[in-house]
Amino acid sequence: MATSVAHTSAPTHHHYTTLGLDSRKVAIWAFIGSECMLFVSLISTYLIYKGRSVIGPFPHESWTDPSTGQVLKPILNIPVTSASTFVLLMSSLFMVLALAAVQNKELPKRTRGERILGNSKLWLFMTALAGTIFLSFQAFEFTSFVHEGLSIRRNLFGSTFFTLTGFHGAHVTAGVLWLVTLLAIDYRRGLGSRDSLLVDICALYWHFVDVVWIVIFTLVYLLR
Amino acid sequence: MATTAIRTPAYGAEYPGEHGGLYSWLATVDHKRIGILYLYTALGFFIFGGLEAVVIRAQLGAPNQHLVSAEFYNQLFTMHGTTMIFLAIMPLSSAFFNFLIPLQIGARDVAFPRLNAFSYWVYLFGGLFITLPIFFAVAPNGGWFGYAPLTTKAYSPGLNIDFWVIGLQILGVSSLAAAFNFLTTIINLRAPGMTLMRMPMFTWMAFVVQVLLVLAFPVITIALVFLLFDRFFGTNFYNTVSAGADPLLWQHLFWIFGHPEVYILVLPAFGLVSEVIPVYSRKPLFGYPVMVYSGILIAVLGFGVWAHHMFAVGMGPIADTFFGLTTMLIAIPTGVKIFNWIATMAQGAVRYTTAMLFGVSLVGLFTIGGISGIMHSSPPADLQQTDTYFIVAHFHYVLFGGSIMGIFAGIYHYFPKITGRMLDEKLGKWHFWLMFIAMNLTFFPMHFSGMLGMPRRIYTYDAGQGWDLYNAMSTIGAMIFPIAMLFFIYNFFKSRRSGEIAGSNPWGAGTLEWSIPSPPPEYNFAKIPTVTTRYPLWEGKEPDHESARINAQEGKTPHELGIIIPYSTMKPLLVAAGLIIMFCGLIWSHVLLAVGAGTLILSLYSWLLSPLEPEHS
Ligand code: HEM
Ligand SMILES: [Cu+2]
Repeated sequence: MATSVAHTSAPTHHHYTTLGLDSRKVAIWAFIGSECMLFVSLISTYLIYKGRSVIGPFPHESWTDPSTGQVLKPILNIPVTSASTFVLLMSSLFMVLALAAVQNKELPKRTRGERILGNSKLWLFMTALAGTIFLSFQAFEFTSFVHEGLSIRRNLFGSTFFTLTGFHGAHVTAGVLWLVTLLAIDYRRGLGSRDSLLVDICALYWHFVDVVWIVIFTLVYLLR
Repeated sequence: MATTAIRTPAYGAEYPGEHGGLYSWLATVDHKRIGILYLYTALGFFIFGGLEAVVIRAQLGAPNQHLVSAEFYNQLFTMHGTTMIFLAIMPLSSAFFNFLIPLQIGARDVAFPRLNAFSYWVYLFGGLFITLPIFFAVAPNGGWFGYAPLTTKAYSPGLNIDFWVIGLQILGVSSLAAAFNFLTTIINLRAPGMTLMRMPMFTWMAFVVQVLLVLAFPVITIALVFLLFDRFFGTNFYNTVSAGADPLLWQHLFWIFGHPEVYILVLPAFGLVSEVIPVYSRKPLFGYPVMVYSGILIAVLGFGVWAHHMFAVGMGPIADTFFGLTTMLIAIPTGVKIFNWIATMAQGAVRYTTAMLFGVSLVGLFTIGGISGIMHSSPPADLQQTDTYFIVAHFHYVLFGGSIMGIFAGIYHYFPKITGRMLDEKLGKWHFWLMFIAMNLTFFPMHFSGMLGMPRRIYTYDAGQGWDLYNAMSTIGAMIFPIAMLFFIYNFFKSRRSGEIAGSNPWGAGTLEWSIPSPPPEYNFAKIPTVTTRYPLWEGKEPDHESARINAQEGKTPHELGIIIPYSTMKPLLVAAGLIIMFCGLIWSHVLLAVGAGTLILSLYSWLLSPLEPEHS
């Protein structure tokens, strides 16, 4: 496999392209366009069903079960999710650093700072780590919600909330796997500037997934 | 006929073409061979869907018949619609996207050859997945539009709808993967000088269709995910009974996809006819830029008309007015296209070959369907027409009269390029006239039975409502289709074997695909052409002539020319198989689910980590 890994990086400059861009870069933009419609559909459904659940728990209001008199608190924990949002935002910064490190791999590194900034393994790892921390927050959030009585089958809020955030979580998971794969390639044979496209398209995807989270965080958590 | 070249077809080592062993087909990543696979598979599904329609019409031929049960009738009309839309027309268009786009823009292949193979295998497996249940009488039975909450577990408890939800989800993967591929190909693999406004009209319409696919398919994906979750995990998206779900959620999501989908179905045919009519009129396409803009406008407006399928649900006067108006608007760019085709023929040296007959019939028949469309764009009129056979007449005039006639025009026109041999014109004309008569005899009377109040999707009806005669006519018409298709099938296989040798440009056409041998060598172009005009073979300058001279040469191997050909590989097939096994696991067992996911991930990694083609030396 070591030899085949070497091949994936083979720059495709011997192929003529109209835009002078690698086709993978064009394709990832088309893919992101499509993903926008995917999340627009999910988010619109969430908003349409907002406030229409017939039983609690609700996102921002408490609810008293008429049959048992039990009071269910508002379910969203905004401070905790703000923390995980911050971690995800930082991951975008790490991603930028990772891409820059790969692009500038061949430049001489004189100071200690330059060596740290130029360490692509470090930044790829940090990005993947931040993504994993975000996912752990989400796993914690999901389990605590279930304990508080909100399952995916409970009400419209549960169905739309878990599906929307779960879809986003699945995208983060795919991104983490992608990053780990790049990290493995970096360890195996080292990523150099000729591989920047591989990191570049992953970065585009990763930033997109981040931006989607900002929209979700605003509309689901902050908006009452 | 116009054939003058007397050469042997270029079958042989340099283009395994349709020959070569089974492995060469399972592992091919050549866009032409994948196009051929799409063509054969989709024609197979077209015939199967047609036979379902024959049974439907036999059941409806006279009042109070009980040829099939009501329950099986539901499966028949559901599968007929689903098959024709997702397994016949869309993949027939894909066959042409595959075969033609790279040839028309001067490329050696699509942008991602292995992804292309993947799309085909997913389509094949997904098609079988959704089709085979009918042999066990558990086929989907909720209509091609699958309205929820009717399709939720509460009202459709059996496996039928499970097959439909999962099957469409699988087919969506195939369509989306193909759309990213073709979009990238058209944007990024155009030959030098092939500017956007020089692209052949088929490639332009293909481009518009890919954009529609990329933007519309995610919406149905999500609608289906909701339905899948409702059915398998007990979520509440369509649970109107106890959870307060909105009964219109599905309808909105489905038609936001569904109306763009009808343009996904018809624009490729428009593109084909825009290639066919100029060639047999010996005139460049009239009003090329306007054709481009109207195609784009149709796509844009197509996202703003969806609720014309929902006038009867009571959306209120403002929504009704808005969607009525946008629907009337979309008829304008559509009409522009009709006039441009007519103007292309006007004063041209028109040759009525079979391809041209199919092409011209599209212009006429689609117009009839367009006009009935405008009739039900008016909400008050639609309240009388909706859910009647009038609607069935409408969409068969646009889908059969439009898409299918256009696709057959394309098949007769491009068969020589694909196989190197001509289809028989005499048999072709038999095919055309039988099809044309069958089409009108079947669907024209439906305007009347519909206006007289006959509802869609009923499996039988009482005598004496004024519907009997029209139904008998429709049924007789439907019985003529199989005869027409027999002419086609016979012609197809006979001509493949012993048709007249075509030569590179039997019709005297003007676009790039006709500058290379028929069938094309596996590298398509010995030299990537330089393009200076829309019709390089008609009005080209020196660079066009030079490219054409070099590319007309036959019998050169890629090795001699120093052209790198991608490796054959079965990995895309394995990934597709993993995907299908995974989805089957959802229905049958968790073990399958794990096996499928494992196969998918392993073969995907192995695909992504192996090189597409030999290293450049
Ligand atoms: C001039 C352009 C068109 C107009 C104004 C138009 C208008 C309409 C309207 C208002 C309906 C809803 C009728 C009802 O259910 O009550 C409808 C149904 C339909 N149209 Fe069109 N249409 C046009 C073109 C097309 C094209 C190009 C296609 C496909 C190639 C198409 C395929 C369909 C189908 C499949 C349905 C029925 C869907 C169903 O209920 O199963 N239409 N059309
Ligand atoms: Cu429509």
